[in-house]
Amino acid sequence: MSDIIKKPEPGRVARAWDSDISYSFRKSPLAIVAAGVSLLIILAAIFAPWIAPHDPFNPATLNLMDGFTPPMEPNQFTGNTYWLGTDNQGRDVFSTILYGARISLFVGFMAVAFAMVLGITLGLIAGYRGGWVDSLLMRVADVQLTFPSILLALLIFGVARGFIPPAYREAMAIWVLIVAIGLSEWVQYARVVRGATMVEKSKEYVQAARVIGAHPAKILIRHILPNVMGPVLVIATIGLALAIIAEATLSFLGVGVPSTQPSLGTLIRIGQGFLFSGEWWILLFPSLTLLALALSVNLLGDWLRDALNPRLR
Amino acid sequence: MAAFILRRLAQSVIVMLTVALVAFALFRFVGDPIASMVGQETTLAERAELRTALGLDEPFLVQFGNFVARAVTGDFGISYRLQQPVMELIMSRLPATLELAMVSGILAFAFGVGFGVYTALRRGGWASSTIMTVSLIGVSLPTFLIGVLLIWVFAVELQWLPSFGRGDTVYIGDWWRTGLLTESGRASLILPAITLGLYQMTLIMRLVRAEMLEVLRTDYIKFARARGLSNRAVNFGHALKNTLVPVITITGLQLGSIIAFSIITETVFQWPGVGALFINSVRFVDVPVMAAYLMLIALVFVVINLIVDLLYYAVDPRLRVDRANARH
Repeated sequence: MSDIIKKPEPGRVARAWDSDISYSFRKSPLAIVAAGVSLLIILAAIFAPWIAPHDPFNPATLNLMDGFTPPMEPNQFTGNTYWLGTDNQGRDVFSTILYGARISLFVGFMAVAFAMVLGITLGLIAGYRGGWVDSLLMRVADVQLTFPSILLALLIFGVARGFIPPAYREAMAIWVLIVAIGLSEWVQYARVVRGATMVEKSKEYVQAARVIGAHPAKILIRHILPNVMGPVLVIATIGLALAIIAEATLSFLGVGVPSTQPSLGTLIRIGQGFLFSGEWWILLFPSLTLLALALSVNLLGDWLRDALNPRLR
Repeated sequence: MAAFILRRLAQSVIVMLTVALVAFALFRFVGDPIASMVGQETTLAERAELRTALGLDEPFLVQFGNFVARAVTGDFGISYRLQQPVMELIMSRLPATLELAMVSGILAFAFGVGFGVYTALRRGGWASSTIMTVSLIGVSLPTFLIGVLLIWVFAVELQWLPSFGRGDTVYIGDWWRTGLLTESGRASLILPAITLGLYQMTLIMRLVRAEMLEVLRTDYIKFARARGLSNRAVNFGHALKNTLVPVITITGLQLGSIIAFSIITETVFQWPGVGALFINSVRFVDVPVMAAYLMLIALVFVVINLIVDLLYYAVDPRLRVDRANARH
């Protein structure tokens, strides 16, 4: 009997399409534009080696005669035309932006991943265990929150750089940067996860899991973690924008990524040097890319926060 | 009350000691201090002698104690790069940073409150929506990009204002060099002060606007209007006055951020302040300067937070009740 009434089970895609989140996304033009711009830049960065007209960091593909070509105009010596012009060494600005965004996004994503893993782990433990572990962690978090995260990242980066032997400083710079930005932002995750864990742990499904003798680690990862991920996702999205800006700021200050791997921040620093001689395009296009990236990821985070918050519906 | 202050003080001391430990570890483990002080010809025996004379062979805790004792008196040794006492370097650059921070703080507060009140009172007007939109862009632009764009527009294209440095400075007293008394000094201050203050301004503006909208809905405002008070008296005497408590708190806490972001602004505008000194010390791994700056910044933040916490405690009686309940 029952198989006559039973409708075919909707597939994963169909269920995702029908979900509240998907509906609210389709109804928000701002979210669609923001997601489109972010996705476009991320894809362009991933496929940079295939999209870029040439590899700007391979000296074999550079022609010094191409230097300072304005955008969309043929070079006076070689006759080559570049969409966004070239810099002093004849590097195509469009290519340097693609490769720069690659490094900015790599540092951004890795820093967020690092902060997320650290913050979630400590937050779960603090919320589940309570007691002195909890008060110690939250004390540390309170103290850390009083410092602006960019200052903290800068200080951690400076200190860590001091501890690394000079021979490895350049090679390790990107990883030190990732750890520094990650360490400056873990607190947000830890606080939110701790709060959510304290709510979840008194619920019946957790008690049931405890009664059947599940290991605390299993309870935390299999049962509690999936239920606290919503707010974490919001923080991670906004955190990505923050991490990208932090990376760009440090690189702009000349203490971030090494000059052999220029990120968007490094490109802006280089471009600033040519402002007074009139080569505005070397500065403008990397700045616009950074702005578009940070703004669209930020807007996406804002939308996600509203969409996941049932009180606002 | 005494117990709360004591606990809060103890917490501040622990924070400072932790930062001091990091700073000390920098000194102790980054390179060999002896190697950075002596020349090529110094013999091993002389090096060992110097090591004993400087107390570098003593136990870690004794050395750390000595470090803290010296740091309290402001002695952080000599900069590796500039070969000058670190405290002297910092003191000679502090006026530049403080002047910049002060002017941008005042700008941020004045314009923040002004725009906040305006946008709250004229909700939906075209000027208000323009201000709100611009403020949204101001929040999402990274500080350094604001600085670079301002230089582009006002220094390169329009050539109205200088793009770097402090201009002419004059001495007030023995060591305070000020740029506020000369025309070129004031002109040089404008762009950096806007760059540094813009973010704080938008923050204060949004806060004032939100608080004003909240307060304007309350009964005592309606009653004030019913009494026939002028708009001016209602808006400024009653409404604005009651929004200012949280605004002043937030502004106080933002002082720390202004100092943090002054590192960025000073680098963009080549402003000869403490922040630029720190960035260069990070670049060249100049440990004494880094350690001193670390301690200085930590001290500023700890003091600001201590003051704000104590003020809260004095102003808000609920905190006292909570503490009392928690203890029993």
